Amino acid sequence: MIKPRKGWAVSLDKIISMRNVNYTYMKNSPLEKQAVFDISLDVEKGEFLAIIGHTGSGKSTLVQHLNGLIKPDSGTITVAGMPTKGKGLKELRRKVGIVFQYPEHQLFEETIYKDIEFGLLKQGIEAKERERRVRETAAVLELSDEILAKSPYELSGGQKRRAAIAGILVLEPEILILDEPAAGLDPAGTRELFDIVTSLYKEKHITVILVSHSMELVAEYASRIIVMNEGRIVIDGSPGEIFMQAEYLEKIGLGVPQITKLMARLSEFCPGIRRDIFSVRAAETEIMRCLGGGK
Amino acid sequence: MQDIIIETIDAEYTYQNHDYPVMAVDGVSMSVRQGEFIVVLGRNGSGKSTFARLLNALITPDSGKVIVLGMDSAKEENTWEIRKNVGMIFQNPDNQIVGTTVVEDVAFGPENLGVPPAEIKKRVVQALRDVGIYALMERAPHMLSGGQKQKVAIAGVLAMKPSCIILDESTSMLDPIGRKEVLDAIVQLNKKENLTVIHITHHMDEACLADRVIVVENGRIVSQGTPSEVFSDVEKIEGLGLDVPQVTRLMYNLRKAGLVNETGIITVDQAAERLGRLLG
Amino acid sequence: MIRNITLGQYLPGSSPLHRADPRTKIIITMMFMVLLFIINSIWALLAAFVFVTAAFKIAHIPFKFAIKGVRPVLYIILFTVVLNMFLTEGKVLVNLGFAKITEEGLLLAAIVSLRVFMLIASASIMTYTSTPIMLTDGIEKLLALLKKIKVPVHEMAMMMTIALRFIPTLIDETDKIMKAQAARGADIGTGNVFERAKSFIPILIPLFVSSFRRADDLAIAMEARCYRGSEGRTSMRVLKYGRIDVAIFLSFCIICAGILMIHYLI
Repeated sequence: MIKPRKGWAVSLDKIISMRNVNYTYMKNSPLEKQAVFDISLDVEKGEFLAIIGHTGSGKSTLVQHLNGLIKPDSGTITVAGMPTKGKGLKELRRKVGIVFQYPEHQLFEETIYKDIEFGLLKQGIEAKERERRVRETAAVLELSDEILAKSPYELSGGQKRRAAIAGILVLEPEILILDEPAAGLDPAGTRELFDIVTSLYKEKHITVILVSHSMELVAEYASRIIVMNEGRIVIDGSPGEIFMQAEYLEKIGLGVPQITKLMARLSEFCPGIRRDIFSVRAAETEIMRCLGGGK
Repeated sequence: MQDIIIETIDAEYTYQNHDYPVMAVDGVSMSVRQGEFIVVLGRNGSGKSTFARLLNALITPDSGKVIVLGMDSAKEENTWEIRKNVGMIFQNPDNQIVGTTVVEDVAFGPENLGVPPAEIKKRVVQALRDVGIYALMERAPHMLSGGQKQKVAIAGVLAMKPSCIILDESTSMLDPIGRKEVLDAIVQLNKKENLTVIHITHHMDEACLADRVIVVENGRIVSQGTPSEVFSDVEKIEGLGLDVPQVTRLMYNLRKAGLVNETGIITVDQAAERLGRLLG
Repeated sequence: MIRNITLGQYLPGSSPLHRADPRTKIIITMMFMVLLFIINSIWALLAAFVFVTAAFKIAHIPFKFAIKGVRPVLYIILFTVVLNMFLTEGKVLVNLGFAKITEEGLLLAAIVSLRVFMLIASASIMTYTSTPIMLTDGIEKLLALLKKIKVPVHEMAMMMTIALRFIPTLIDETDKIMKAQAARGADIGTGNVFERAKSFIPILIPLFVSSFRRADDLAIAMEARCYRGSEGRTSMRVLKYGRIDVAIFLSFCIICAGILMIHYLI
């Protein structure tokens, strides 16, 4: 697989710009907890950004700032040229789609079709255009007409997940944020979902932000990774750069892919071996290279 | 020879949905020995959770038999004794805690069994210590992390003094830290207390910890053996929509390229040792 | 969004009041409430007030928590105070022309507000010093007699426990669903009455569905842990009247007698 890198970005426009953002939960109560500390972050249009961190690292809080669900205590945020407070909130939420964890829990209409249509109705889009968009989105997420006519309670877990994501995608957001989209899915289901997201990213050139704690998965798909710990961004770079710091990642409770660990071990035997590797394919090539060079 | 504590003979179970029946368990025969650590691996909808529920008499087989410690699960008089002996941890950490504090929840099981109060207290303290959450005793459940909640559930089962504990996808909703916490606790109970563990999951890395892996698809056992035996058949496992460990996949590729002969390598250590020889 | 609601009134501690049997506290609180309605002399009420203050002292709970408990009904108290102050006939103290404050009115206002304040304060000292589960236990035991006439006392207590356990979980869940729906353009609680009611559907339906799922999961989990109602069930917490309960109860009786004496003699 060709990995879309930073340089691939369609244009170098900044689509997200955060400056010195701070946020505290339950301010002035005994349970007060600061969730993000002084975050500054720029995201370019067309990036596939992954935010990694364990539960409580502030990653979910951070992304909820991007469509104004959470307003920062201090600092400024500009998303798609708009501030995240004040009048334009509705417009902002159309541009920034957030798929929350277990999104199927928000399905409520009688049929999947109606549920996908919900956001469009709220925007007052006319019937014909609504139908076009619902059908188109359903096709992208591989939801057949038969499924569209069903009630959410008749679907399998994976189907419900995709239907819920369709409810966000139908709004044609410029930025798609997915919070742990594969939670609870099995390996095949996870792969299916990520392939859909990747094709969206490539074909529609939307900016994707993926919030996850699964290193192996993220490494395979993202062009840039941000690691968060205790409310701060601690590493920011390409997957290769990130995994060079395997020891640090493990120290803050994030696993690194088996392959990365293996490559570190192999450097004992073959000092020149690359260690910034996280996929089986790349490891194979690198081992072959070492063998070839050695003999 | 170790004692067999659970045995299923041709067990079948069909869900009677309104439109069409779904056969979730389709003629499974297997046995579990005292002290074993078994991982049941399968895709979502493969029937692995239904199978788990057969083992502690939450459901009884439509045909075939499930025998727990010599008791037939189909006989109603055995139900409670079987459930006492085969404890079950479920998927959603929130939906299985009854008590408003950790200590109350752990006491719930033995209270149901009619254990005398003084003995309950002893058991609760012991169970909390065994899973390492003694310090959280007075906490309210919603103030705990996912991993901690699952450990409360495990302690709750331990306090009933079971012979076997089943984890029904209990790690699937947890983050890596939570998963590790729960697995560490389980492995320790298995090694130290010789507790029999049946862990149901779709994470192959968790399967590597097992004495025996059972792969389930369409309600049938399709593969069985030690982790390295099961994962050796890379094509079969991947064909079932499951993953094999990255190093197993790497060694498989290298073997196809004619560089190594070994199969069944599942850990980084094994792979590093083998490839070290190749490169060194 | 609604996470700021804090629940659970219990303030942990190890005072004699914390250690007392919940049944003692429930009975005393009830008796005290009856007493508050019997006495209507200001001196007796002031004596009772001293007693309540002392109880807070003994429990090591700052008195401001007593005031905190009253806050929700503050306007009702103020309203009755004003009403009583102006509308009671008697010796005029201040004449404002359109209304007059009488001595009797002032006294009545003081009596009424003291009474309401103490009703709440005495109930809150009970909840401050006992966990919800202790109270549930106490009520279950006190109502044990009703079991004989087939009232499902145990089941009711279990229901209360589960409700207490799941309130924070459901608050969290509501918060999540609200955010998820807001993210796809739902405006919650805006528009006219009809629109506003309708805007809650996208929250209420998922919330109901998830509650049913939780109930179902919980039922299975309880069954797997051998729950089969109160039959053959024991309890880890054994409620036992101790010396502390006797002491508390006796001193309460003496104080009651004192207050009643003030009421009848002065």
